[in-house]
Amino acid sequence: MKVIREFEDRVNTECLTGAIPGFTHLYSGQEAVAVGACEQLSDDDFIISTHRGHGHCIAKGCDVVGMMKELHARRDGLNGGKGGSMHIADIAKGMLGANGIVGAGSPIALGAAIACKLRGEGKVAASFVGDGASNQGTVFEAMNMAVVLKAPKVFIFENNGYSEHTGSSYGIGCDDVVKRIEGFGIPVFQADGFDFFSVYDAMAKALEVARHGGGPSAIYCTTIRYFGHFVGDPQLYRAKGEVEQYRDESCCLKNFRARMQASGELDLASLDAIDNEVGALIERAVNEARNAPRPQPEDLLKNVYDNY
Amino acid sequence: MTKKTMREAINEALHQEMARDPSVIVIGEDVSGGAGGSSGQRDVAGGVFGLTKGLLPKFGEHRVIDTPISESAIVGAANGAALAGLRPVAEIMFSDFIGVCFDQILNQAAKFRYMFNGAKAPLVIRMTVGAGRSAAAQHSQSVHSLLTSIPGIKVVMPSNAYDAKGLLLQAIRDNDPVMFLEHKMLYNDACEVPDGDYTIPFGEGVLVREGEHATVVATGQFVKLAVAVVDKLAEEGIRCDLIDPRTTSPLDEELILESVRETGRLVVIDESSPRCGLAADIAALAARKAFFSLRAPVVTVTPPHTPVPFAPELEREYLPDAARIEQAIRSVLAP
Repeated sequence: MKVIREFEDRVNTECLTGAIPGFTHLYSGQEAVAVGACEQLSDDDFIISTHRGHGHCIAKGCDVVGMMKELHARRDGLNGGKGGSMHIADIAKGMLGANGIVGAGSPIALGAAIACKLRGEGKVAASFVGDGASNQGTVFEAMNMAVVLKAPKVFIFENNGYSEHTGSSYGIGCDDVVKRIEGFGIPVFQADGFDFFSVYDAMAKALEVARHGGGPSAIYCTTIRYFGHFVGDPQLYRAKGEVEQYRDESCCLKNFRARMQASGELDLASLDAIDNEVGALIERAVNEARNAPRPQPEDLLKNVYDNY
Repeated sequence: MTKKTMREAINEALHQEMARDPSVIVIGEDVSGGAGGSSGQRDVAGGVFGLTKGLLPKFGEHRVIDTPISESAIVGAANGAALAGLRPVAEIMFSDFIGVCFDQILNQAAKFRYMFNGAKAPLVIRMTVGAGRSAAAQHSQSVHSLLTSIPGIKVVMPSNAYDAKGLLLQAIRDNDPVMFLEHKMLYNDACEVPDGDYTIPFGEGVLVREGEHATVVATGQFVKLAVAVVDKLAEEGIRCDLIDPRTTSPLDEELILESVRETGRLVVIDESSPRCGLAADIAALAARKAFFSLRAPVVTVTPPHTPVPFAPELEREYLPDAARIEQAIRSVLAP
């Protein structure tokens, strides 16, 4: 969670100084969802992400330095400098990509789940679905088909309060998204999106269904995004103080620290040591990214086809 | 060799490749054609055109997957299954339906390899194309030009049963996403098709007839028609090269250009609309790369810029016929 928080904070400044080109959508505030869910998965399980994909990518174990290079559009970035923030992927880690198209990931993860089912090794595929994507037809199609095919697929609904600039209270027509998901015949395990352990436990229940032939399941969490839709979004649609209040009262990192100290599992010094380590990692990632080679003109036509 | 229809040839290719490679799956609406019916019978149809008949009993429902009518999820699932290491063959029945799942073709399958640093997405999407059965504007379109314009996918349009089998086997083994377009007017056409395994490489057109007076390029159902016209003109001493590109992406540019450089005259017959279509593309190719060989303006023969009509007499008017093709060839030969 700390890696994601630090990564996103640095990406924010790197974007604002112009070192990172293009559109970037930050995940800060939502870390407990990505990490709580992905901590239950192995490299052989698949996830597919959203527009806001850095957190899911890091949680699934993708190389943070490679990611930072990719965002800086460097030749040895995770995607060779041709994916960028919205398409960051690492197939070997079971990360089938962030996605620039809202809702497109759910049917793709369904296909990965079909592959898992055919192989019969108890592996699963999960798609992260934002509140905006929860209104897309692709997600409805994928939910129905996953039930029909008893696919080992977990739909992770992550309501961060806004789809682009539109509040989810406005954009979602029904009172209760959970009922909507259940209407497809999918069991839903609800979790507190500010609490790592809550998401972790919900994911465990969902996987219990998926890994043992029970077909699809879902977890639903509410959370908040600290930044705007994209870096540079002035967020005029948000009340003053909204984010500050959440940062104060509902920060998943603060929650985690408090829980660790209370349980005595990690003391303050150990937690600080982790934070320092993370800080050094992100510093190194940015330095390496800034100094990494840029793509060459001959890279333009590389990887269009396997052969043509 | 035995004569087989294009329907039989495609069905045979699917059977043989699924038997050879356990990572091949077939997914689509009605691919067995009976799931959930009150008779309790599965595999009663094998798809609306009978192309996937017999696959379910042989390979089981883990590999022959009947889906709801959900084209986005069908193509999306094929995409995800391919990224996860399978070789899915998805069917979206009528190519007209790509409208509802175009994102999964245009933004996903076509771009995985490029955006994901060389990731493999070996999938095939089979679909029917073409007019001729009064199926009207939403079941008769030829979408190959739309698809050909997208980098990252390959587009195959067989014009006979022999090519269909060899090209489909190649398509399933190919490591790129392949759009496999089957013309519904050709399903019952038969020719000699080997029982065994063979593939036809992409980007290699075929010289169906040889002649020095003009080059005729035809695709899909018009290859057959063009053969009849070219053979008829040969009786008068007008001899034409007739080229079937077989795949529109990649396109066998060299075969076309070599021929045009010899004949100096080009007629292109294609079923997609005239604007920004394959015929215009091939005409532009000749203008770019064989301009000084051309002895007459290139002539394209296509339907008019209109949706496909329902009424049989209008549909006949819509589709190029032998008379229009003959007239086009004569017009490039006129002094």
